[in-house]
Amino acid sequence: MQNDWDLYEVFIRSKRGLSHKHVGSVHAADGRMAIENARDLYTRRSEGESIWVIPAKEIVASDPAEGDALFGPAQDKVYRHPTFYDIPKEVGKM
Amino acid sequence: MTSIYTNGDNPHFQYVLGLGDDALILGHRWSEWLSKGPNLELDIAASNLALDLIGQADLWLSYAAELQGEGKSSDDLAYLRDTHDFRCHWLTEQPNTDWGLSTARMLMFSVYQYIRYERLVNSSDERIAEIAKKALKEVTYHRRFATEWTMRLGLGTDESNRRLQKGFDTLWRFVPELFETTAWEQELADKGIAVASKDIEAEWTEVISAILAEADITMADTAGKRVIGSRHDGHHTEHLGHILAEMQFLQRAYPTAQGATW
Repeated sequence: MQNDWDLYEVFIRSKRGLSHKHVGSVHAADGRMAIENARDLYTRRSEGESIWVIPAKEIVASDPAEGDALFGPAQDKVYRHPTFYDIPKEVGKM
Repeated sequence: MTSIYTNGDNPHFQYVLGLGDDALILGHRWSEWLSKGPNLELDIAASNLALDLIGQADLWLSYAAELQGEGKSSDDLAYLRDTHDFRCHWLTEQPNTDWGLSTARMLMFSVYQYIRYERLVNSSDERIAEIAKKALKEVTYHRRFATEWTMRLGLGTDESNRRLQKGFDTLWRFVPELFETTAWEQELADKGIAVASKDIEAEWTEVISAILAEADITMADTAGKRVIGSRHDGHHTEHLGHILAEMQFLQRAYPTAQGATW
Protein backbone atom coordinates (compact mmCIF):
# COMPACT_ATOMS: atom_id res chain seq x y z
CA MET A 1 0.00 0.00 0.00
CA GLN A 2 2.67 2.43 1.06
CA ASN A 3 4.44 1.89 -2.27
CA ASP A 4 1.54 3.57 -4.03
CA TRP A 5 1.81 6.67 -1.93
CA ASP A 6 3.82 9.74 -2.77
CA LEU A 7 6.46 11.26 -0.56
CA TYR A 8 5.69 14.79 0.59
CA GLU A 9 8.26 17.17 2.07
CA VAL A 10 6.95 18.96 5.15
CA PHE A 11 7.60 22.58 6.11
CA ILE A 12 6.49 23.97 9.45
CA ARG A 13 6.24 27.58 10.57
CA SER A 14 6.75 27.65 14.29
CA LYS A 15 5.60 31.24 14.88
CA ARG A 16 3.88 34.00 13.01
CA GLY A 17 6.52 36.15 11.32
CA LEU A 18 9.05 33.35 10.90
CA SER A 19 9.41 31.44 7.67
CA HIS A 20 8.45 27.81 7.07
CA LYS A 21 11.30 25.42 7.72
CA HIS A 22 11.85 21.98 6.30
CA VAL A 23 11.32 19.39 9.05
CA GLY A 24 11.08 16.07 7.24
CA SER A 25 8.75 14.09 5.03
CA VAL A 26 5.62 11.91 5.12
CA HIS A 27 3.95 9.42 2.83
CA ALA A 28 0.41 10.24 1.74
CA ALA A 29 -2.08 9.52 -1.01
CA ASP A 30 -2.98 13.18 -1.50
CA GLY A 31 -2.21 16.65 -0.20
CA ARG A 32 -4.92 16.73 2.47
CA MET A 33 -3.72 13.43 3.87
CA ALA A 34 -0.16 14.74 3.82
CA ILE A 35 -1.26 17.73 5.94
CA GLU A 36 -2.99 15.41 8.42
CA ASN A 37 -0.02 13.07 8.60
CA ALA A 38 2.37 15.98 9.02
CA ARG A 39 0.12 17.43 11.73
CA ASP A 40 0.25 14.16 13.66
CA LEU A 41 3.94 13.57 13.09
CA TYR A 42 5.47 17.02 13.43
CA THR A 43 3.17 19.29 15.45
CA ARG A 44 1.95 17.12 18.31
CA ARG A 45 4.16 18.95 20.78
CA SER A 46 3.05 22.41 19.66
CA GLU A 47 5.93 22.84 17.24
CA GLY A 48 3.98 24.83 14.73
CA GLU A 49 1.04 26.93 13.65
CA SER A 50 1.23 26.45 9.89
CA ILE A 51 2.12 23.50 7.65
CA TRP A 52 3.15 23.34 4.01
CA VAL A 53 3.50 20.04 2.20
CA ILE A 54 5.04 19.68 -1.24
CA PRO A 55 5.23 16.50 -3.33
CA ALA A 56 8.91 15.53 -3.17
CA LYS A 57 8.88 14.75 -6.88
CA GLU A 58 7.95 18.37 -7.65
CA ILE A 59 11.12 19.70 -6.09
CA VAL A 60 13.79 20.62 -8.61
CA ALA A 61 17.20 20.19 -7.02
CA SER A 62 20.66 21.27 -8.09
CA ASP A 63 22.95 18.51 -9.27
CA PRO A 64 25.87 17.83 -6.89
CA ALA A 65 28.04 17.14 -9.96
CA GLU A 66 27.55 20.76 -10.97
CA GLY A 67 28.58 22.00 -7.56
CA ASP A 68 31.84 23.52 -8.76
CA ALA A 69 30.23 25.43 -11.59
CA LEU A 70 27.36 26.67 -9.46
CA PHE A 71 29.06 27.48 -6.18
CA GLY A 72 32.79 27.54 -6.83
CA PRO A 73 32.93 31.00 -8.42
CA ALA A 74 31.59 32.62 -5.26
CA GLN A 75 34.43 31.37 -3.16
CA ASP A 76 37.11 33.88 -4.23
CA LYS A 77 34.89 36.96 -4.16
CA VAL A 78 35.49 38.06 -0.63
CA TYR A 79 34.41 41.60 -1.47
CA ARG A 80 30.83 40.35 -1.58
CA HIS A 81 30.92 39.71 2.14
CA PRO A 82 30.11 42.74 4.25
CA THR A 83 33.23 42.22 6.37
CA PHE A 84 34.92 45.44 5.18
CA TYR A 85 32.41 47.75 6.73
CA ASP A 86 32.42 49.10 10.24
CA ILE A 87 28.98 48.58 11.59
CA PRO A 88 27.77 51.31 13.92
CA LYS A 89 27.10 50.05 17.40
CA GLU A 90 23.50 51.26 17.35
CA VAL A 91 22.67 48.76 14.61
CA GLY A 92 23.24 45.88 16.98
CA LYS A 93 23.60 42.30 15.91
CA MET A 94 23.19 41.66 12.19
CA MET B 1 -24.67 -10.71 36.15
CA THR B 2 -26.34 -7.45 36.91
CA SER B 3 -24.86 -4.03 37.28
CA ILE B 4 -24.00 -2.63 40.68
CA TYR B 5 -25.37 0.69 39.47
CA THR B 6 -29.13 0.66 39.23
CA ASN B 7 -30.38 2.18 36.01
CA GLY B 8 -31.32 5.74 36.83
CA ASP B 9 -29.72 5.82 40.27
CA ASN B 10 -27.64 9.00 40.71
CA PRO B 11 -28.36 9.98 37.09
CA HIS B 12 -25.87 12.84 37.10
CA PHE B 13 -23.07 10.35 37.86
CA GLN B 14 -24.29 7.78 35.35
CA TYR B 15 -24.58 10.36 32.59
CA VAL B 16 -21.00 11.56 33.03
CA LEU B 17 -19.83 7.96 33.42
CA GLY B 18 -21.38 7.19 30.03
CA LEU B 19 -19.53 10.09 28.40
CA GLY B 20 -16.28 8.80 29.90
CA ASP B 21 -16.83 5.16 28.98
CA ASP B 22 -17.57 6.02 25.36
CA ALA B 23 -14.28 7.91 25.12
CA LEU B 24 -12.34 5.24 27.01
CA ILE B 25 -13.50 2.26 24.98
CA LEU B 26 -13.28 3.97 21.60
CA GLY B 27 -9.85 5.25 22.64
CA HIS B 28 -8.81 1.71 23.43
CA ARG B 29 -10.02 0.54 20.03
CA TRP B 30 -7.83 3.19 18.39
CA SER B 31 -4.84 2.16 20.50
CA GLU B 32 -5.20 -1.33 19.03
CA TRP B 33 -4.07 0.06 15.66
CA LEU B 34 -0.65 0.76 17.15
CA SER B 35 1.98 -1.18 15.22
CA LYS B 36 -0.76 -2.46 12.90
CA GLY B 37 -1.62 0.72 11.01
CA PRO B 38 -1.66 0.69 7.22
CA ASN B 39 1.62 2.59 7.42
CA LEU B 40 3.83 4.45 9.86
CA GLU B 41 2.04 7.76 9.41
CA LEU B 42 -1.38 6.25 10.16
CA ASP B 43 0.01 4.36 13.11
CA ILE B 44 0.86 7.71 14.65
CA ALA B 45 -2.47 9.21 13.57
CA ALA B 46 -4.28 6.34 15.29
CA SER B 47 -2.30 6.74 18.49
CA ASN B 48 -3.09 10.47 18.49
CA LEU B 49 -6.81 9.71 18.22
CA ALA B 50 -6.45 7.18 21.03
CA LEU B 51 -4.62 9.66 23.26
CA ASP B 52 -7.19 12.39 22.63
CA LEU B 53 -10.03 10.04 23.57
CA ILE B 54 -8.31 8.52 26.59
CA GLY B 55 -7.50 12.06 27.77
CA GLN B 56 -11.20 12.91 27.50
CA ALA B 57 -12.05 9.71 29.36
CA ASP B 58 -9.72 10.76 32.18
CA LEU B 59 -11.51 14.11 32.54
CA TRP B 60 -15.01 12.62 32.40
CA LEU B 61 -14.23 9.73 34.71
CA SER B 62 -12.48 11.97 37.24
CA TYR B 63 -15.61 14.08 37.40
CA ALA B 64 -17.82 10.98 37.48
CA ALA B 65 -15.83 9.70 40.45
CA GLU B 66 -16.49 12.99 42.26
CA LEU B 67 -20.20 12.76 41.54
CA GLN B 68 -20.21 9.19 42.76
CA GLY B 69 -18.76 10.39 46.05
CA GLU B 70 -17.08 7.15 47.07
CA GLY B 71 -13.55 8.53 47.01
CA LYS B 72 -12.63 6.76 43.79
CA SER B 73 -10.32 7.99 41.01
CA SER B 74 -10.64 7.86 37.24
CA ASP B 75 -8.18 4.94 37.32
CA ASP B 76 -10.45 3.04 39.71
CA LEU B 77 -13.36 3.52 37.36
CA ALA B 78 -11.36 2.57 34.27
CA TYR B 79 -9.56 -0.45 35.67
CA LEU B 80 -11.68 -1.86 38.45
CA ARG B 81 -15.13 -2.21 36.94
CA ASP B 82 -16.47 -5.26 35.15
CA THR B 83 -18.41 -5.19 31.88
CA HIS B 84 -21.85 -4.85 33.46
CA ASP B 85 -20.82 -1.61 35.13
CA PHE B 86 -19.69 0.03 31.90
CA ARG B 87 -21.99 2.53 30.22
CA CYS B 88 -20.41 2.85 26.76
CA HIS B 89 -22.49 2.52 23.60
CA TRP B 90 -22.23 -0.84 21.84
CA LEU B 91 -20.88 0.88 18.74
CA THR B 92 -17.66 1.77 20.54
CA GLU B 93 -17.00 -1.83 21.57
CA GLN B 94 -17.09 -3.46 18.16
CA PRO B 95 -13.75 -4.91 17.08
CA ASN B 96 -11.61 -3.29 14.39
CA THR B 97 -11.76 -5.63 11.43
CA ASP B 98 -10.07 -3.35 8.94
CA TRP B 99 -9.40 0.33 8.28
CA GLY B 100 -12.76 0.54 6.50
CA LEU B 101 -14.74 -0.41 9.60
CA SER B 102 -12.63 1.80 11.86
CA THR B 103 -13.23 4.70 9.50
CA ALA B 104 -16.98 4.03 9.37
CA ARG B 105 -17.16 3.90 13.18
CA MET B 106 -15.08 7.03 13.58
CA LEU B 107 -17.33 8.96 11.21
CA MET B 108 -20.47 7.80 12.99
CA PHE B 109 -19.10 8.43 16.44
CA SER B 110 -17.09 11.60 15.93
CA VAL B 111 -20.13 13.29 14.36
CA TYR B 112 -22.18 12.05 17.32
CA GLN B 113 -19.64 13.28 19.86
CA TYR B 114 -19.25 16.57 18.03
CA ILE B 115 -22.97 17.34 18.16
CA ARG B 116 -23.20 16.17 21.76
CA TYR B 117 -20.21 18.23 22.93
CA GLU B 118 -21.28 21.26 20.94
CA ARG B 119 -24.47 21.31 23.01
CA LEU B 120 -22.86 20.30 26.29
CA VAL B 121 -20.66 23.40 26.04
CA ASN B 122 -23.82 25.21 27.20
CA SER B 123 -24.58 22.78 30.03
CA SER B 124 -25.76 24.36 33.27
CA ASP B 125 -23.16 22.12 34.96
CA GLU B 126 -19.98 24.16 34.55
CA ARG B 127 -17.73 21.16 34.88
CA ILE B 128 -19.47 19.36 32.03
CA ALA B 129 -19.34 22.54 29.94
CA GLU B 130 -15.63 22.96 30.61
CA ILE B 131 -14.70 19.39 29.63
CA ALA B 132 -16.94 19.51 26.57
CA LYS B 133 -15.25 22.72 25.44
CA LYS B 134 -11.80 21.17 25.60
CA ALA B 135 -12.90 17.91 23.99
CA LEU B 136 -14.78 19.67 21.21
CA LYS B 137 -11.52 20.91 19.66
CA GLU B 138 -10.19 17.38 19.49
CA VAL B 139 -13.40 15.92 18.17
CA THR B 140 -13.54 18.60 15.48
CA TYR B 141 -10.29 17.16 14.16
CA HIS B 142 -11.53 13.57 14.55
CA ARG B 143 -14.57 14.43 12.46
CA ARG B 144 -12.37 15.97 9.80
CA PHE B 145 -10.05 12.93 9.80
CA ALA B 146 -12.99 10.52 9.55
CA THR B 147 -14.70 12.56 6.82
CA GLU B 148 -11.53 12.69 4.74
CA TRP B 149 -11.05 8.94 5.04
CA THR B 150 -14.69 8.26 4.23
CA MET B 151 -14.32 10.24 0.99
CA ARG B 152 -11.00 8.65 0.18
CA LEU B 153 -12.19 5.07 0.65
CA GLY B 154 -15.68 5.65 -0.71
CA LEU B 155 -14.41 7.28 -3.90
CA GLY B 156 -11.16 5.30 -4.13
CA THR B 157 -11.11 1.85 -5.68
CA ASP B 158 -13.83 -0.80 -5.90
CA GLU B 159 -12.23 -2.60 -3.01
CA SER B 160 -11.90 0.45 -0.76
CA ASN B 161 -15.55 1.33 -1.41
CA ARG B 162 -16.63 -2.25 -0.72
CA ARG B 163 -14.72 -2.41 2.55
CA LEU B 164 -16.02 0.93 3.78
CA GLN B 165 -19.56 -0.03 2.83
CA LYS B 166 -19.12 -3.30 4.70
CA GLY B 167 -17.96 -1.37 7.75
CA PHE B 168 -21.08 0.78 7.69
CA ASP B 169 -23.31 -2.25 7.01
CA THR B 170 -21.83 -4.05 10.03
CA LEU B 171 -22.25 -1.08 12.34
CA TRP B 172 -25.67 0.32 11.38
CA ARG B 173 -27.41 -1.99 13.83
CA PHE B 174 -25.78 -0.06 16.69
CA VAL B 175 -26.92 3.36 15.52
CA PRO B 176 -30.42 3.42 17.09
CA GLU B 177 -28.86 2.96 20.53
CA LEU B 178 -27.05 6.28 20.12
CA PHE B 179 -30.37 8.10 20.27
CA GLU B 180 -32.21 6.13 22.92
CA THR B 181 -33.17 8.46 25.73
CA THR B 182 -33.99 7.24 29.21
CA ALA B 183 -36.47 9.06 31.41
CA TRP B 184 -33.68 10.16 33.70
CA GLU B 185 -31.56 11.48 30.85
CA GLN B 186 -34.56 13.51 29.74
CA GLU B 187 -34.90 14.89 33.27
CA LEU B 188 -31.23 15.90 33.29
CA ALA B 189 -31.73 17.50 29.90
CA ASP B 190 -34.77 19.41 31.17
CA LYS B 191 -32.55 20.84 33.90
CA GLY B 192 -30.03 21.95 31.26
CA ILE B 193 -27.35 19.55 32.53
CA ALA B 194 -27.40 16.92 29.79
CA VAL B 195 -28.37 16.56 26.14
CA ALA B 196 -31.29 14.25 25.43
CA SER B 197 -29.88 11.82 22.88
CA LYS B 198 -33.05 11.74 20.82
CA ASP B 199 -32.74 15.49 20.23
CA ILE B 200 -29.56 15.10 18.20
CA GLU B 201 -30.72 12.30 15.90
CA ALA B 202 -32.05 14.58 13.15
CA GLU B 203 -28.87 16.63 12.96
CA TRP B 204 -26.68 13.51 13.03
CA THR B 205 -28.67 11.86 10.26
CA GLU B 206 -28.51 14.98 8.14
CA VAL B 207 -24.73 15.34 8.50
CA ILE B 208 -24.00 11.64 7.96
CA SER B 209 -26.31 11.23 4.98
CA ALA B 210 -24.76 14.24 3.25
CA ILE B 211 -21.23 12.85 3.70
CA LEU B 212 -22.20 9.33 2.64
CA ALA B 213 -24.06 10.52 -0.44
CA GLU B 214 -20.91 12.31 -1.54
CA ALA B 215 -18.75 9.27 -0.72
CA ASP B 216 -20.95 6.90 -2.72
CA ILE B 217 -21.92 4.86 0.36
CA THR B 218 -25.43 3.59 1.05
CA MET B 219 -27.12 4.18 4.40
CA ALA B 220 -29.13 1.43 6.02
CA ASP B 221 -32.62 2.05 7.26
CA THR B 222 -32.67 1.58 11.01
CA ALA B 223 -36.11 3.04 11.57
CA GLY B 224 -37.90 1.17 14.34
CA LYS B 225 -34.92 -1.03 15.16
CA ARG B 226 -33.22 -1.13 18.51
CA VAL B 227 -30.56 -3.14 20.30
CA ILE B 228 -31.78 -5.84 22.65
CA GLY B 229 -30.73 -4.94 26.12
CA SER B 230 -29.52 -1.65 27.50
CA ARG B 231 -26.13 -0.32 28.46
CA HIS B 232 -27.92 1.35 31.36
CA ASP B 233 -28.69 -2.08 32.76
CA GLY B 234 -25.13 -3.24 32.15
CA HIS B 235 -25.81 -5.14 28.93
CA HIS B 236 -23.07 -5.19 26.30
CA THR B 237 -21.84 -7.21 23.36
CA GLU B 238 -19.31 -9.94 24.09
CA HIS B 239 -16.49 -7.76 22.75
CA LEU B 240 -16.38 -5.46 25.78
CA GLY B 241 -15.21 -8.33 28.00
CA HIS B 242 -12.29 -8.99 25.69
CA ILE B 243 -11.30 -5.32 25.73
CA LEU B 244 -11.36 -5.22 29.52
CA ALA B 245 -9.37 -8.46 29.76
CA GLU B 246 -6.60 -6.72 27.89
CA MET B 247 -6.99 -3.20 29.24
CA GLN B 248 -7.32 -4.16 32.90
CA PHE B 249 -4.88 -7.06 32.98
CA LEU B 250 -1.95 -5.23 34.51
CA GLN B 251 -3.97 -3.55 37.22
CA ARG B 252 -5.74 -6.82 38.08
CA ALA B 253 -2.55 -8.89 38.13
CA TYR B 254 -0.47 -6.30 39.99
CA PRO B 255 -2.97 -4.26 42.02
CA THR B 256 -0.32 -2.09 43.66
CA ALA B 257 1.55 -1.25 40.45
CA GLN B 258 1.94 2.45 39.71
CA GLY B 259 2.25 3.43 36.07
CA ALA B 260 2.89 6.64 34.24
CA THR B 261 -0.14 8.89 34.21
CA TRP B 262 -1.73 9.71 30.91
